[in-house]
Amino acid sequence: MSARIKFGVVVFPGSNCDHDAYHAVKHLFHHDAEFLWHKETDLKNSDVIILPGGFSYGDYLRTGAIARFSPIMNEVMKFAKSGGIVIGICNGFQILCESGLLPGVLLRNQSLLFSCKHVNLRVEQNTSRFTNENNVGDILRIPIAHGEGNFFAEPDVIKSLEENGQVIFRYCDEKGAITSESNPNGSVNNIAGIINKNGNVMGMMPHPERACELQLGSSDGRKVFESLINSFVLQAV
Amino acid sequence: MKQFEEPVVTKELAKQHGLTDEEFEKVLSILDRVPTYTELGIYSVMWSEHCSYKNSIAQLKTLPRSGKRLLVGAGEENAGLVDIGDGLAVAFKIESHNHPSAVEPYQGAATGVGGIMRDIFTMGARPIASLNSLRFGDIDDKQTRHLLKGVVKGIGDYGNSFGVPTVAGEVYFDPCYQTNPLVNAMSIGIVEHGHVASAIAKGEGNVIMIVGSATGRDGIHGATFASEEISEASESKRPSVQVGDPFTEKLLLEATLEAIRAGLIVGIQDMGAAGLTCSSTEMSAKGNSGMELNLDLVPIRETHMTAYEIMLSESQERMLLVAEPKNEQAIKSIFEKWDLNCITIGKVTSDGMVRIYHQGKLKAEVPAETCVLGGGAPVYIRETKKPDYLAATSSFNVDSLSTPKNLSESIYKLIQSPNIASRRWVFEQYDSMVRTNSVVLPGSDAAVVRIKKSEKLLAAKTDCNGRYVYLNPRKGTMIAVAESGRNVVCTGGKPIAITNCLNFGNPYKPEVYWQFTEAIAGMREACLALDTPVTGGNVSFYNESPTASVFPTPTIGMLGIIEKESHVTTANFKEAGDAIYLLGTNRGDICGSEFLFLEYGIASGDAPFFELAFEVKLQQCALEMIQNGLIKSAHDISEGGLIVSLLESAIVGREKFGFEIKISAGSLPLHRILFGEDQSRIVITSNEKNGSLMKKIAEKYFVPFDRLGTVTQNMKATINSDITLDIEKVDDLYFNALHRSVSRN
Repeated sequence: MSARIKFGVVVFPGSNCDHDAYHAVKHLFHHDAEFLWHKETDLKNSDVIILPGGFSYGDYLRTGAIARFSPIMNEVMKFAKSGGIVIGICNGFQILCESGLLPGVLLRNQSLLFSCKHVNLRVEQNTSRFTNENNVGDILRIPIAHGEGNFFAEPDVIKSLEENGQVIFRYCDEKGAITSESNPNGSVNNIAGIINKNGNVMGMMPHPERACELQLGSSDGRKVFESLINSFVLQAV
Repeated sequence: MKQFEEPVVTKELAKQHGLTDEEFEKVLSILDRVPTYTELGIYSVMWSEHCSYKNSIAQLKTLPRSGKRLLVGAGEENAGLVDIGDGLAVAFKIESHNHPSAVEPYQGAATGVGGIMRDIFTMGARPIASLNSLRFGDIDDKQTRHLLKGVVKGIGDYGNSFGVPTVAGEVYFDPCYQTNPLVNAMSIGIVEHGHVASAIAKGEGNVIMIVGSATGRDGIHGATFASEEISEASESKRPSVQVGDPFTEKLLLEATLEAIRAGLIVGIQDMGAAGLTCSSTEMSAKGNSGMELNLDLVPIRETHMTAYEIMLSESQERMLLVAEPKNEQAIKSIFEKWDLNCITIGKVTSDGMVRIYHQGKLKAEVPAETCVLGGGAPVYIRETKKPDYLAATSSFNVDSLSTPKNLSESIYKLIQSPNIASRRWVFEQYDSMVRTNSVVLPGSDAAVVRIKKSEKLLAAKTDCNGRYVYLNPRKGTMIAVAESGRNVVCTGGKPIAITNCLNFGNPYKPEVYWQFTEAIAGMREACLALDTPVTGGNVSFYNESPTASVFPTPTIGMLGIIEKESHVTTANFKEAGDAIYLLGTNRGDICGSEFLFLEYGIASGDAPFFELAFEVKLQQCALEMIQNGLIKSAHDISEGGLIVSLLESAIVGREKFGFEIKISAGSLPLHRILFGEDQSRIVITSNEKNGSLMKKIAEKYFVPFDRLGTVTQNMKATINSDITLDIEKVDDLYFNALHRSVSRN
């Protein structure tokens, strides 16, 4: 591919996976990346916005509840509504739900404990720009690290997410079975990642940016970024 | 509101502040007058054990504290600083927060993490990994589980939010820690040589700024509280425990590093124990300077705070910094960007006096030098007496014990011991991966983190078996140093330096002080032999409950360097068919072992067999094998002995294995060989074809090297064809035992 994609990584004061996302897209995939400070209102011509993991504003209230009101989020919301690509990872997913760009909400883990470990994700569809490099049913091993990742929405919302193919990742066991034992936080239907109806906004609790180098235990997270980068190639063709 | 009237300072009031008559006399002679109430507060906290190290410093000075890699000496700055090449240095330190955690486990542990992080970034280093070392009472006790849950959640919530991975640690349970748990937190940071900051105040007329959180009444006399025994009355000291705010700390980190890297700062120190008092007097003394501070300018979060309270507050997430006036504005804009207070509260003077003004009055005027460790703070060498209990424990005859009837059952029991079973329930509550540098995750011998700007990786581990130290303080402490080093070696690293956290009882008890001096002597010997100088650390005395002292627990935080990624080695077996070897000799010494405690309830005998000179050879030998690419897995033999080491290697990886081994016990009963905790042994695996090369290396170092058996595909562990264990059962017990214990009501 000729053109480089520009990633804008939003930095809230309590973001702590901002450097990890930046490292992945810039140093591992060799695209452009720039940090976007939460007080700014300029997305600096980014092609993709990443809302990274962390604790945006301390998250003493509800996770992501304050972040959605930040100056940068106004712009991110406009960007998303006009079709711009936005990825929310972990705390970023929580912010996307709080800001209404994605449906549902992330509750405290059923165990009430923070949980950091590698989990297995089953790829539920491969037509989205975040999954096209996979086969349906592929299993990705990617870490989670959250205390509030228990995805919940009203039954009618879940129904429409499922029917529209908006559920892209589900927690599963090593063989791909969707079981309650493999659900690390109590999410409805083991949902780990979803997209919006238009397919340009994606949120997931697991951290693909932490699984891009075998040295760190898994490189399955690359599939998420490769799919996205590939979608630009397909677009260009 | 009625104006606060300061009490008149008397000998009685001084005593209530923890100053002895002799120390109060010393204050009178320094000032040549009766101190003001605020001054009494200043001297009482600065001369508390916690700040002055008055009963330990003479001993600490006997430790090896220099080496070619050390960039600052022990105690000179907030943390030790070690050169790792490539223009980079590592700042690292361990510190206790035992007393606060005993009465308020969540906040006590959280602020312990916060405090040690600030020690690292106040030097200009970005924290990249944290570790901890925890001790609790009997896990069957409800209060223990309350403390455990609170402490683990406190460490997790603070570190997870702050964004530094918690990569390794240790947790032990023993009844001696029942009312006095130990919570030691360690942090490791990376700094480029040119960007190291110092905790110094110098340059007459330079401005002094307070940054970070506003000052409240929390934590007043925290340092003094830490210098007393835990008692029934301790519950009333809950207000002495500070409250942590990791979000503000994260902002403080980013703003501080930005200001240091911009070259705007002359000196900076975090406000930990004794808050503004400690930072102002220590920074002044270090620079042979003085300070004038106007407390009316300090941002406060409670009304009507007195000078005494402002000076003694231990509110968290604050720093004191010194800058040239021309940089004042630039610093303010950096802290403003991060939405933090940044207020100029005074200036540097040249006469060595710290002067405190409040509401237009001079509230304190003390020579900085007289307050601090290494200056006017008292130094004591206390009386020692070998404790009586040692006569009984050392005369224990292990041959008097019956042989366990069913070895398989003993092994299944051992693998579930709270001191052996997987700590997964604990470490999964910590974000161990943030910043994407964690190469070896918790659950292996030592943690490994990479450094993105360098080929090298860091290995780190905390270690101390308090039972060994109790049975033989000198040898037990040597073992703690040796074992943390061995853990680092097993991951492919060369041990380079240590930090220590010395948790002991009341130093005024001669028996406790004897344990302390013996432990220091053992540490000195081991650190010299392993060439791992002491870069700093922390002493925590008064770890006592109404009934007894805790086991003397000198926790070692070991740092090692791994030259390149290909040297990184883990504990888990890699492939069926690989040969299993033992480096070292099985001596069957079950004294002080977990087996003895679990099976017979006995904590007796000497600390297990240990020979320092051999340990050095063993570590060199194992490292050379690793660096030559001959080893697939390496795992230290420690608590639980040979059998636990083998079983762990079989199950801690993603892929599980069985194994078949043959052991010749000679004249000893087999259980002693299986469960003995005699030191300086490593279980390694390799492709059989490497055997002769490995043998050559072993011979060079005079280290015994023997084939034990083979890694197998089937889920069975067979020992001498008379014991067969079900690996799936072992796996379940090992990984779920702690969770099951904690989940009880």
